[in-house]
Amino acid sequence: MTDAAADVAARDRVWFVGGGIFLIIALVTGASIGPAGPDWWRVPLELLNRLPLVAIDSGVTEAQWNIVWKIRMPRVILGALVGGMLSIAGAGYQGVFRNPLVDPYLLGAASGAGLGATIAIVVRGGALNDWPVNPVPVIAFAFAVATVMTTYVVGAAFGGGRTGATLVLAGVAVVSFTSAMQTFVLRRNLDLINEVFEWILGSLAGATWGDVRLSAPYVVVCSIVLILHRRHLDVFRVGDDEAASLGVSVGRTRLVIVVAATLGTAAVVSVSGLIGFVGLVVPHVVRLVAGSRNKRVLPLSLMGGAAFLVLADVPGRILENPAETPIGVVTAFLGAPFFIYLLRTRRISG
Amino acid sequence: MSRLTLSDVTVSYAERVAVAPFSDTIEEGEWLGVIGPNGAGKSSLLRSIAGLIDHGGSISVEGVRLDGLSDRERAKRVAYVPQEPLIPDDMTVTDYVLLGRTPYIGYWSSESKRDREVVAETLDRLRLADFAPRLLGALSGGERQRVVLARALAQQAPILLLDEPTSALDIGHQQQALELVTELRCTQSLTVISALHDLTLAGTYTDRLVMLDDGVVAASGAAVDVLTAERLGEVYNVCVTVEVDPDDGAVIVVPRRGFPVRPSDD
Ligand SMILES: Nc1ncnc2c1ncn2[C@@H]1O[C@H](COP(=O)(O)OP(=O)(O)OP(=O)(O)O)[C@@H](O)[C@H]1O
Ligand SMILES: [Mg+2]
Repeated sequence: MTDAAADVAARDRVWFVGGGIFLIIALVTGASIGPAGPDWWRVPLELLNRLPLVAIDSGVTEAQWNIVWKIRMPRVILGALVGGMLSIAGAGYQGVFRNPLVDPYLLGAASGAGLGATIAIVVRGGALNDWPVNPVPVIAFAFAVATVMTTYVVGAAFGGGRTGATLVLAGVAVVSFTSAMQTFVLRRNLDLINEVFEWILGSLAGATWGDVRLSAPYVVVCSIVLILHRRHLDVFRVGDDEAASLGVSVGRTRLVIVVAATLGTAAVVSVSGLIGFVGLVVPHVVRLVAGSRNKRVLPLSLMGGAAFLVLADVPGRILENPAETPIGVVTAFLGAPFFIYLLRTRRISG
Repeated sequence: MSRLTLSDVTVSYAERVAVAPFSDTIEEGEWLGVIGPNGAGKSSLLRSIAGLIDHGGSISVEGVRLDGLSDRERAKRVAYVPQEPLIPDDMTVTDYVLLGRTPYIGYWSSESKRDREVVAETLDRLRLADFAPRLLGALSGGERQRVVLARALAQQAPILLLDEPTSALDIGHQQQALELVTELRCTQSLTVISALHDLTLAGTYTDRLVMLDDGVVAASGAAVDVLTAERLGEVYNVCVTVEVDPDDGAVIVVPRRGFPVRPSDD
C-alpha cells in the first residue's frame, strides 16, 4: 500500500516536472521568435549566458538584447501569467460548479471588464497622453470585480448559498445585462468602436514590465489559494450535500474559490483583454491526459495554460507581421473545434 | 461514546411538514431501522441528523449538539450515505473512498499514509480491493453502491447514517454489506441508523424499528411488534402475511396478491 502511495507521489512529480519543462520550452520559444531582434537560435544561448556562473558567447548585441528584454520578454511573461491564470481559474470554476462547460468568464468577470474598458476608452477618448496612467486596466478590473460580486449577491439571495445552479443562472442574467450596457455605450460612441473591439479581442502586444508587475501578484496569490483548495475541489465533485457530510463548509469554500478565481481573472483580463477558450479548454486537456484529480489538474492547468498562451502568441507575431493577428483569434481558432469535440464526446453533468 | 439523542426534531419544506416532532435515543452500538412508505420522511430525518437541512429541535451526540459543531467536527462524528449519491464518472475507486478521509486532512497537508491504509483496509473488508484502480463510471450500480458505503466507512465516524444502502445490491451482496455493518457495529460500537425498504432485512438486521407514516411515528419497537400484517396494511396500503420463524424469531414479510386493505385515497 505504501508502495502504491509512493507510486502516486512519484507519478505526480513526473507530471509536474514535465509541465515545468514544457513551460520553459514555451517561454524560450516565445522569447526567441519575433520580428526584428537577433537570430532566433542566438536567444536561448544568450539567456543561458545571462544565468549566473554561465558564460557563452552568443553573438547577441546589446541593442538586440534590448529588443528581447524590453519588448519580447514582458509580452512572453504576461502571456504566461494570463494563460496560466485563466486556465487555473477555469479549472477552479469547473470544479466548484461541477460543470465542464464553465469558463472563468461565467460569473461576469469578462463582460464586466468589457464594460469597464468600454467606459474607460470612451471617457479617455483618443487622448491617451493626457492621463498619467492608462485608466483602462484599472477601470476594467474594478468593473469585473463589481460585476462578479453582483452575480454572487443575486445568486446567493435566491439560491441559499448552497446551490451552484442559481449562481450560474444569475451569471447568465448579469452577463447579458452588462453586455447590453456595453452595447448601449458603444452605440453612442461609434467612433471608438475599433479601439474597443481590439481590446475585446485581447492582445499581448505592447505589453510592458509594468503590466507584468500589475498582474503578477494577483496571479501568484490567487493560484496559491486555488491550489490549496485542491482537495476541496475533489470533494465538490460528489455534490454539495455529500461534500457537506464530508466536513466541507460548502458555501464558504465555494466563495473562497470563486473569489480567488475571479480576482485573478479580473487582474489578467484587465491588462490583456478578453482572450477566450484558454480557461475552458486547457483544464480539459489536462484532465484528459493526466486524470481528474485536482492535485494534478490545478498546477498542470497553470503551467499548461501559461505555455499554451505563450505559444499561441507566436503565430500572431510572424503570420501577419506587422499588422498582427489578435491572440484571442488564435486561441479561439484552436479552441472552438476542441469545444465542439468536447460537446460531442463528453456528457454534460451538474 | 456515541449515544445519539434526538429531541423534537422537525423538518419542513416550505409549507410541507416532512417530519413531525421526532424524539428518540439511539444507544451506542445500536442499529435503528427507519421504515415507511415513499415520502414518509425517512430521508429527511437522516439528512437532518447529517446536518444537511435545517431542522427544528435538537440533535446531540453524547450531549454535544451537532449544530454547534463545525462541518469538519460533525463529519468526524457522523458519516452519511445518501439515497442517490452523485458519482463522478472519471474518479477512481481509491480516490473516491479517500474522500471519506476529508475531515482528517488539514488545509495544508495531503492524505497521510494512515489515510491510505484505512482506505485499503476498508476496500479489503468490502471485497473491493480488485476494484481499487477502476473508474467509478465503469462500475455496475451495485458495485458503486458498495463503493459509496466504503467511503462512509473510511470516514470512521461513530455514527453511520445509511439511506437505502442496499437498494441496488443483489441478495448476496445485500447480506454481505449488512453483515459488515453488523460486524463493525459490534467491533467498533458503531451506532447505525438506516432507512431500509426491504422489511424482512430491516427486521433481521436492526435492533429496533421506527415506522414513519407521513412524517409521524406509526410504530416503534422490536420487529415482531412493528411488522404486523394489519399495520403494514394500514400504512403501506398493501396485502402481506407476516411469518415469525419459530427458531430464531426472524420476522418474514411476504407480499400477497389481493386487494389493498384500504382503498388508495392519497
Ligand atoms: N427538497 C424538498 N423540497 C420540498 N419537499 C421535499 C423535499 N425533499 C423531500 N420533500 C418532501 O418531503 C416528504 C418526505 O420526503 P423524504 O425524502 O424524507 O421521504 P422518504 O421517506 O425518504 O421517501 P422514499 O422512500 O421515497 O425515499 C416527501 O413528501 C417529499 O415530497
Ligand atoms: Mg428517501
